[in-house]
Amino acid sequence: MKSSHRLALLFLLPSVIMVGLFLVYPIFESFRLSFYRQILTLPWLGEKMVGWENYTDLLTDPVALQSLRTTLLFVGVTVPLELLLGLGMALVMNDAFRGRGLLRAVVLIPWAIPTVVSSQMWRFIFNDRYGLFNFILFGGATSRYFAPLADPYPALLAIMAAEIWKATPFAALIILAGLQGIPDELYEAASIDGATTWQKFGGLTLPLIRPAVLLALLFRTIDALRVFDLVFVMTQGGPADATNVLQFYGYKKTFTEGMIGYGSTIAVTVFLLSLALSSAYVCVLKKSQGQGAAS
Amino acid sequence: MRRSALLLTCSLGIALFCLLPFLWFVLTSLKLPAELTAIPPTLIPSFYWGFYQSALEKYRLLHYVANSVIVAGAATFITVAIGSLAAYAIARFHLAWMRYYLLLLLVVSMFPQIAIAGPVWSILDRFHWLNSYQGLVSIYVALSLPLGIWILATFFRDVPGEIEEAALVDGCSRLQALYKVILPLAAPGILTAALLVFIYAWNEFFFALIIMTNPTVQTLPVGIALFPGEYTMPWGEIAAASTVATVPLVVLTLVFQRGIVRGLSAGAIKG
Repeated sequence: MKSSHRLALLFLLPSVIMVGLFLVYPIFESFRLSFYRQILTLPWLGEKMVGWENYTDLLTDPVALQSLRTTLLFVGVTVPLELLLGLGMALVMNDAFRGRGLLRAVVLIPWAIPTVVSSQMWRFIFNDRYGLFNFILFGGATSRYFAPLADPYPALLAIMAAEIWKATPFAALIILAGLQGIPDELYEAASIDGATTWQKFGGLTLPLIRPAVLLALLFRTIDALRVFDLVFVMTQGGPADATNVLQFYGYKKTFTEGMIGYGSTIAVTVFLLSLALSSAYVCVLKKSQGQGAAS
Repeated sequence: MRRSALLLTCSLGIALFCLLPFLWFVLTSLKLPAELTAIPPTLIPSFYWGFYQSALEKYRLLHYVANSVIVAGAATFITVAIGSLAAYAIARFHLAWMRYYLLLLLVVSMFPQIAIAGPVWSILDRFHWLNSYQGLVSIYVALSLPLGIWILATFFRDVPGEIEEAALVDGCSRLQALYKVILPLAAPGILTAALLVFIYAWNEFFFALIIMTNPTVQTLPVGIALFPGEYTMPWGEIAAASTVATVPLVVLTLVFQRGIVRGLSAGAIKG
């Protein structure tokens, strides 16, 4: 018994070291640093303990508050749309008999494209002089062409569109896995009982794919909270901070302005936000799985 | 009959939604400079390879490709090696605290990058590993271990214990049993995990950006994001480099889509 314990530990050790050193220790270090003032460009100041000062600064920093609002808006708009579109896609893929494999492969392509590449691609499509977007809207009337990425609201919408395009297939595949787990006999039994297509969808399909949908919701929310690549490539947080999401703001404070302490405070805020949301989902997920097992 | 027509239309719509934007970018890379800015847009390009040539020669594209191959390849190999050991322990030794380790892995895989970025940078700085392959590979290994271990453990559990016990009776050590019996039998799982880690490392941008500030070691995503252009963006070259960065992934995805979908949903449903 004892020797198997030791052997198991030995096998786990390399992974424990990597995860501990590069993921677990840094999160605690970020917490610690968020109570200090440390500025990379002013090294002679050293590390100065400032208590909650960084946090009170954060609450009175209009850019940070706007950044928080932008991030929540981004999550709140993209994730529900991705789930809705993803559900539609999954239903089609589940029903398509011929070419289902091909369709599933095609759907994986936006997911597999590097985000930096899809960001440049959308930036080109939204170009103000020869972008496809302007051509589709205004045709040859070049005098009406505008630069969506240079206007606050259009820029945010453009980034949301790019995110939805890339992430919907992922949501669709998770939901599809849930759909494929439903035994055909259930539908046959419902048909014998005279259920209509809509009754089957509302009474059978939806409740049974609830865990898969919740899971997609969890993954997509966590991922949308840490959006960075799209913002970095398409807008650099602009114009006028309209797309300055928290992860980008934290990056800018820490790595371009060298404000290690304040940057850590933003980092901790993003972390707590994502932890709170994911714990809430996991609770709901556990509960719905418990119900599924009980019924 | 009408139902199948509707289904076909929807399927076609989904395929176009997924393919058209990127196809447009690929076509852009094959246009003549004049076609690139033409209004109305040129649909069929002249298949001019000048932008590829310029990306290769002027912007040293191959150099970034080589860096990406090294970093993603090494990260994949090391993650699968370390992950297999851990997944074997998880699948074979049923110890009470193992569940908490799996839970910890699940939690750390949800960290936003910025939450650990500063301290990770400081650690690598202390090792003098900034702007080095081993620095970027280390953080990629750490970040992809959770998903890797989850997938590998799922597949290892499916290998019947009796086969391995026979090997142990025949005098194999646990380590030998792992790489002589389990690894070959769980090959589809290893392939799936390796693919997902490779795609992750090939596409990753955030850590590559903060760790690789020196262009000689930068990976493709950093090169493509920081494409130099003062007044007009070199769109033809960007599109060419983007195509080069994406085609290998698209081929991998199309060839192994079954395994990838299974891996994504294995990680998802067990989670």
